[in-house]
Amino acid sequence: MRTAALPMTSTTRLESAAVGPAPPRAAGDFRHIVRLDKVDMTFGKVRALSQVDFEVGRNEIVGLVGDNGAGKSTLIKIVSGLLRPTSGSVAVRDEPIHLHDYSVRMAHALRIETVHQGQTLGEKQPLWRNLFVGRQIVGRFGFIDVKKEKAIAEQILRQAIGFRGAGITAESTVRDLSGGERQGVAIARAMHFEADLIVLDEPTVALAVSEVRKVLAFVRKVKEAGRACIYIEHNLAHVHEVADRLVILDRGRVVGEFAKGAIGLAELTSHMISLHDGRAHGGD
Amino acid sequence: MAVTRSFAARVLRAEGVPIVLVLSLLVAAFMIAAPQVFLGYRIYMAFLASVPPLLVLAAGLTLVIAAGEIDLSFPSIIALSGWVLAYCTHELGSPWIGFALALLAGAVVGYVNGILVAHVGIPSIIATLATQFLWGGLTTVFSQGLSYSLGDIDDASLWHLLVGRIGPVPVQALWALAVAVALWFVLNRHRFGEHLLFIGDNVRVAEVVGVNVAREKVRVFVLMGVLAAFASVLLTLENKTFFNTQGGGYLLEVMAAVFIGGTSVFGGQASVVGTVAGAFIIGMVEAGLVATGLQGFWVRAVVGVVFLAAVIGHLVLDDPERGGDLPRALRARLERVRRSPS
Repeated sequence: MRTAALPMTSTTRLESAAVGPAPPRAAGDFRHIVRLDKVDMTFGKVRALSQVDFEVGRNEIVGLVGDNGAGKSTLIKIVSGLLRPTSGSVAVRDEPIHLHDYSVRMAHALRIETVHQGQTLGEKQPLWRNLFVGRQIVGRFGFIDVKKEKAIAEQILRQAIGFRGAGITAESTVRDLSGGERQGVAIARAMHFEADLIVLDEPTVALAVSEVRKVLAFVRKVKEAGRACIYIEHNLAHVHEVADRLVILDRGRVVGEFAKGAIGLAELTSHMISLHDGRAHGGD
Repeated sequence: MAVTRSFAARVLRAEGVPIVLVLSLLVAAFMIAAPQVFLGYRIYMAFLASVPPLLVLAAGLTLVIAAGEIDLSFPSIIALSGWVLAYCTHELGSPWIGFALALLAGAVVGYVNGILVAHVGIPSIIATLATQFLWGGLTTVFSQGLSYSLGDIDDASLWHLLVGRIGPVPVQALWALAVAVALWFVLNRHRFGEHLLFIGDNVRVAEVVGVNVAREKVRVFVLMGVLAAFASVLLTLENKTFFNTQGGGYLLEVMAAVFIGGTSVFGGQASVVGTVAGAFIIGMVEAGLVATGLQGFWVRAVVGVVFLAAVIGHLVLDDPERGGDLPRALRARLERVRRSPS
């Protein structure tokens, strides 16, 4: 039996290995890694987002908060290429995106990585497949270079995540891992591909306290490495602690934005509760 | 001790090993029961002639099931493509054109299945059940319910290439082996196969990692269609006859071969090696039982026993704890039955 082993035992190693300085880019300067303008998203009759303006600076940690159904996940699914907005525009590094072509693959190519909420790994598959699926190292005719993938996977597991002595190898299947270990693998995958924007959708759900600290430390290191992050979190204390800016969503609209220090945790909490009450009593 | 045990465990966990063991035991049992038949080579050559269509179908279906889908329409592809081959041979005098068009027909049927499943959103068990009726019915219409005898087709180069003999060895066995090897590589070493495994494992995960789920599903149904057509061509050429009901008996046998081989009905986990062994088990039981002097009536019952034994064996290997639960669960159930008053 394994202990509730932490996915990231060696914090310093983790960040130095995976979130190195962003390499220089020919594309030059940009202000916003991603910007949404007047984005609407409707599913049948349900309006999940309406007229949302949202942007993330090139080295900014944006905390996205809001109640269940506020539209947080919809918003980040648009950013990560899973959903196409009904209307509005999206720009990456200040360049407008042709939404018709936008996809998860294209987001990956633009170095936007997302750790989605809940299941992000194939349970019956070995870790090496999970780390590379969608971006396999292939030779001619699309055959996978299994040896290389496994070698790099071992390296990620040992160095970036710090799975050591826990009997976890590149061949381990996901269903043999604890919740924290799974989250570690999902985050390590995002880090390995050197994203400029890492989107974390409730990464601390179901994690032990010590594991949560590691996720928060990771978010800070993203900032130090000059990269950006969208951080979705139910726990207001966590997000208040690490975010440069807080964006509050409610029923598909941006209803508040606060720079770091502009609002205290207690104030933020009562603000969120009042939104919730307004919704419960006066909601449409 | 622990080392030997873990070594044994690792060997048992290697792909298809348990089911290859079952196949070996079956052959050994037949050798003991009917040595005059099973110690000679002829019976094996007969198997190598008759099993290939089943094997090709089962190997293809393994990939479909790996993706969490099912294809029930292949019996009708066996009929349709067989008719296309027979018709072209008869009317145009060209088995080669017939071969090409037969494969094309399989691809079309598979493509329609893929569109219905991936783009229209009909569950594959329903969509392919419907197309099974459709194409089977159309084949009856096209053929006017007639059979074709292709008595002199063994003059054709196609016949020699696909189902001829090299010495005593039926060539179709080599084709089936080539298909199985190719599909093993596709499933285990190719991007496409990995995508199928993730789609079958959890389609939401496949989407978020950037797999084009709809496209890969269409592809796997097209692949299955082409393989079913190829199996049909092997069958029709070997029999030198086309029946418009050919393929009818294959549905359950092919599915049995896949599941005996240890492929998960839930998708995400599949074994081509297991399927090959499963196809031979299914294909050998009948001839084996007849040779041992048991009546042919026993065939299906014995297949059932082997099937259950194989599936339970896979379950135990896959999850030893659950395997341990099995006797316990049976005992508990027996206890309950004994205690219930009526």
